[in-house]
Amino acid sequence: MHPLFTRGRFGLYLVAWIPLAAILTYLMASGGRMGWLESTVVAFPLCVVYAFICLSAWYSAKSAPLNATSPPRLWLTHVLASAFLSLVWVQLGRFFAYLLSRAPFFSGLSDRFSGQFPILFGAGFLFYLLAVSSSYVMLSLETSREAEARAMETSVLARDAELRALKAQVNPHFLFNSLNSISALTSADPAKASEMCVLLAEFLRMTLGLGEKNGIPLSEELSLLERFLAIEKVRFGARLQMQEEIQEESKTVVIPPLILQPLVENAIVHGIANLSEGGNVRLASSCQGGHLSVVVENTYDPESTPNRRSGMGLANVRRRLEARYGNRAVLRVVPEAQLFRVALSLPIEPGDGKN
Amino acid sequence: MTAAADKSIRALIVDDEDLARHVVRELLKTHPEIEILAECANGFEAAKACAEHKPDLIFLDVQMPKLTGFDVLELIGTDVSVIFTTAYDQYAMRAFEVHAVDYLLKPIGRERFEEALQRAKSRIGKKLPEPHELASAARPPQQFLERLVVKDGTRVTLIPIAKLDYVEAQDDYVALASQGKKHLKQQSIASLEACLDPESFVRIHRSYIVNLERVARIEPYAKDSRIAILTDNTRLPVSRAGYARLKALLDERK
Repeated sequence: MHPLFTRGRFGLYLVAWIPLAAILTYLMASGGRMGWLESTVVAFPLCVVYAFICLSAWYSAKSAPLNATSPPRLWLTHVLASAFLSLVWVQLGRFFAYLLSRAPFFSGLSDRFSGQFPILFGAGFLFYLLAVSSSYVMLSLETSREAEARAMETSVLARDAELRALKAQVNPHFLFNSLNSISALTSADPAKASEMCVLLAEFLRMTLGLGEKNGIPLSEELSLLERFLAIEKVRFGARLQMQEEIQEESKTVVIPPLILQPLVENAIVHGIANLSEGGNVRLASSCQGGHLSVVVENTYDPESTPNRRSGMGLANVRRRLEARYGNRAVLRVVPEAQLFRVALSLPIEPGDGKN
Repeated sequence: MTAAADKSIRALIVDDEDLARHVVRELLKTHPEIEILAECANGFEAAKACAEHKPDLIFLDVQMPKLTGFDVLELIGTDVSVIFTTAYDQYAMRAFEVHAVDYLLKPIGRERFEEALQRAKSRIGKKLPEPHELASAARPPQQFLERLVVKDGTRVTLIPIAKLDYVEAQDDYVALASQGKKHLKQQSIASLEACLDPESFVRIHRSYIVNLERVARIEPYAKDSRIAILTDNTRLPVSRAGYARLKALLDERK
């Protein structure tokens, strides 16, 4: 499809021909044989016709792309096309002048006009080449715009894939440690070992389905966390104390899946696991002014070395929030003397969480 | 303990998780020749128990609160046979491979356990690789030391890197100056330098490394030499090469 056949553009194209028609008028009138009025009456309609003829330049430019055609061939193609189309135009001009000269006012125009053929031919030749070069400009603009769109699409796809991967990520440490606990329990407390297997299976099953979803109600994330914490509780025993303050109203709020799990996991891995005597993890959620506010707080040892994966979980959560909410979501990290607090605030989105 | 006479190998189990210690204990049940001296839930207990009991073999967890397995190794010296245990740590695993140290991956399987035990037995009485070398091999690339562990007699001191003012070489030791105190540690200044973040610590002299944050000013001293004056008025010599390094780093920070 020709790019000029869209609303607005074709009008502009015809307007662009006005100066060309004016030049042609000037060339014909300044030859002395034709008057200004005559020249105008001939040149303008002819230019309208030639404007349509020159539309073909785009197709020939497209069939001979700049980077895939040898220069001699390129020139030959376009010069021959220019000469041919220009000749056609001259013939059309001749016919037009003949028709006009039958009117009494323009009698003899046909003869006077025949002296202008070289000018008309030259103008037609150049106008067509002009059309060809404009077509190349349009083509290259189009290509670059396409490339840009493709690059954008690719980056969006890449980001989506990355986010999916982030969502589906379960810390391998957690898995190995859980398996180790189960292995210990098989001899120490077989019933508990079996219970732990079930918890772990439930947790994994829940995380598996979540990668596909865009949003889940907070209650679903909480039931996942319940499994997660029950498993960690087996590992840490009395060292892990939990406190939950969940506002009933907040449970239905839709959140990105597995957005809280890394925060709670951090609280355990960087908080509790570094305390010989153990500590407390507090999870609170509430709705305030169109926002869901979640706080994950844990006792920690400010002196302990930041663990290797430290910051990774938080950075991932931050990136996911940014990608989804832009600056409408806030993640604040507040390390106090003995308490490490992560406060998350995200907008409550209308919807049922199935999108 | 009545059968103590038959027990030729005296072992220690160190892990912060009760269940993890239980696994090792269970696996050792079929080995009457091994006596479990004690179980320790953290690195401090482990260092203390080592000093007290002088074990032949230690099952040592890598990830523990406050003191890691590597820190414990630094504190107890290299005259003991160690089997490290870890759940998942690719860098530590590689370090163990490189230095031919025994390690077990959790959950621990019987077969692998027996193998490691056999190897450890054959190594009893032999020296371990230098602990700080092992520890630095186990650090992920581009990651630097975050704190130093020093033992003064029976006391263990942790020095966070941010609180380290400067380091002075003293024969086979380095003196670590932190908050007005000096702590001696057996390590060469070059190997310590390699573990410190070069953005914050500069070797200003053959015998000195300084924390850039502590440098208040630099004054000319004699021809070709200068002295660095720290925020606590300590004066440290700066060599010509040291001055070039210091200047490059300060320029970079601007």
